Amino acid sequence: MKQEILEQLQQDRAEKRPVVLATFLKTGEQRLLYLYGKKGLKDIDPRIGEAARAAVLEDKARTVETEQGPLFLNVFNPPLRLILVGAVHIAQALVPMAQLAGYEVAVIDPRSAFGSPERFPGVTLSNDWPDEAMAQMKPDLRTAVVTLTHDPKIDDPALVAALKSDVFYIGALGSKKTHASRLERLTAAGFGPDDFARIHGPVGLSIGAKSPAEIAISILAQMTVALRQSTPAKAAA
Amino acid sequence: MSADPTDDILGTALDWKRAGKGVALATVVTTWGSAPRPVGSQLAVDDEGKFIGSVSGGCIEGAVVTEALDAIADGKPRMLDFGVSDAQAWEVGLACGGKIQIFVERLDG
Repeated sequence: MKQEILEQLQQDRAEKRPVVLATFLKTGEQRLLYLYGKKGLKDIDPRIGEAARAAVLEDKARTVETEQGPLFLNVFNPPLRLILVGAVHIAQALVPMAQLAGYEVAVIDPRSAFGSPERFPGVTLSNDWPDEAMAQMKPDLRTAVVTLTHDPKIDDPALVAALKSDVFYIGALGSKKTHASRLERLTAAGFGPDDFARIHGPVGLSIGAKSPAEIAISILAQMTVALRQSTPAKAAA
Repeated sequence: MSADPTDDILGTALDWKRAGKGVALATVVTTWGSAPRPVGSQLAVDDEGKFIGSVSGGCIEGAVVTEALDAIADGKPRMLDFGVSDAQAWEVGLACGGKIQIFVERLDG
């Protein structure tokens, strides 16, 4: 391994970028693969790109056969992240649950009375508008985004930012009726059925949840399904 | 792997290299059966045989370090196979009859 590759790998990890170290096992030749920008893989055999993507999503190293022999893909993933938009009651329940499940949680709410450190101790809090806050947070394919305010002014910009990113899960709180009018607004904003298929709305698995904590459970369960059972590799298996 | 201990391993390998030492990295690339450490697990070795990290429960590390020292000397990457049969697996410490393949490479400046 070249020292410069290791230096770059360490920098990527410090800056929390998911990265795959690809090694040709016959020669030791190596390079780093980046999957978060969608652009990063253009110069790579699509089969390798797909395997690398699955490796990142499943957080599991693997070997793919290539014309130059076996290629080992080692995954260096940052922690899973959850971005919650809306510092509401459900968020107060969902934050500690998601942390237990291994997520780094950030809460965005421009209403500082809601998004206060007193209500959300030990969490990255932003009182910026979601479009600005999310531009800074750079959600990637190891990130889930959940909107909880019901307020289009706050939720919609977050959903737009999420749809433009590679996040593995998007959830939007609100009734079927709320969701239908949300999709109308997003259609007007230029999004279509493929985008809508990425949004879980009404949010959460159907488990009859009533209390904020139960709703939080249903959301975290649905995030887990998206994370563990919806990867291309699993679908093909 | 997003497991934290990796931080120390690669960070330490880099520190050793920057300090002018010879360094090799060993990585678990394949496992069969009940191998003790998952694919992607790493071990860093310096030119005095000092190591950090693990590629098994601790029993094949000695053999890996020996190969790593050879890799530091000749610069050639190598693939190591451990635990072919249950009996041999037991000898190298893969008590459950697992098999592992380990890739060893030198860190080059």
